[in-house]
Amino acid sequence: MTLLKSPAVRVGISISIATGLYGISFGALSVSSGLDFFQTMALSLLLFSGGSQFAFIGVVAGGGTGIAAMSAATLLGMRNGIYGMQLNALLRPSGWRKYVAAHITIDESTATSTGQTDPGEQQRGFWTAGIGIYVLWNIFTAVGALAGSALGDPKQWGLDGAAVAAFLGLLWPRLKGREPVAIAAVCALATVLTVPLVPSGVPILIAAVVAAAIGWFSHGRSDEGMEPDVDPYAERHHHHIHSHPRHEATAPRHQAAPEEGMR
Amino acid sequence: MSLWIWLLVACLLGYLWKLAGYFVPASLLKNPRMSRIAGTMTIGLLASLTIVNTVASGQSVTLDARVGALAAAAIALWLRAPFLVVVLAGAGAAAGLRLMGWN
Repeated sequence: MTLLKSPAVRVGISISIATGLYGISFGALSVSSGLDFFQTMALSLLLFSGGSQFAFIGVVAGGGTGIAAMSAATLLGMRNGIYGMQLNALLRPSGWRKYVAAHITIDESTATSTGQTDPGEQQRGFWTAGIGIYVLWNIFTAVGALAGSALGDPKQWGLDGAAVAAFLGLLWPRLKGREPVAIAAVCALATVLTVPLVPSGVPILIAAVVAAAIGWFSHGRSDEGMEPDVDPYAERHHHHIHSHPRHEATAPRHQAAPEEGMR
Repeated sequence: MSLWIWLLVACLLGYLWKLAGYFVPASLLKNPRMSRIAGTMTIGLLASLTIVNTVASGQSVTLDARVGALAAAAIALWLRAPFLVVVLAGAGAAAGLRLMGWN
């Protein structure tokens, strides 16, 4: 009962439901892209990072090889390492908890935790969101995979269109400001230009290299692109129209972004 | 079978990324370039995956019902629809356009 009075726990539960539910779309798209039920479940149980999972099946759906799918998923997982550093400094888990915390370190659990200021709330937010999303994401992946296999011709149901929408939905919250939009445009262009020239799946990796080069040589916000797909504190942000919404929820990232004033 | 192997490799590397964060010295966190690359790469990969799934058919670039899905999803996102509604809008647009005979 007292646990439910914690704001972080309540945010964690609602973000778990919102994020978990879209596991349905992952499950359905995964089986329609050619993975079987068990491969789909293995991705949700073991990889457990929405962007990387969608990347893996997206490359397979386009006819890419397993290596290309693995590479795209792995490159997209790099940001979880950054989240891990932030959370380790914030929560200081010890012993076996470190290994469990690592597995549930994703966009949403990180955002739920770093959006709190009280250390106890940061702990509760992380664990509630992380465990809650893990459980619901896997349940709904199974539901989606079973429904997807029952659907028949995926094109007739527009499931290839659903995949397009899913990727745009993952990208959208990260397009705050002119610079991320420019990065997205350059990488999209690089992709279209290389599709006819290299094997399927490889254009995505070329775009990753382009994006990494932009990150290496340019100086902008260091938390660019590090937004959760579902923002746990979206409601609160509506009251701060002109301030930068993500920044309040990601206070620890502030110190690493000296050029913030530019924006 | 080989898909299973790459799938499991992806899972292992994905976990190692996460775990690495908990074991590298905190001083690395002070290096903004690391997290900046992680961020720009996330944007670039998602943009690339969006466009590949919209226009690529194997190694050729085609415009078909998926373009309608992209437009429908963009409108839904602009109207602040939740993720699941965005996905349904994309599926609905692609399925609807095919019913009307566009691919």
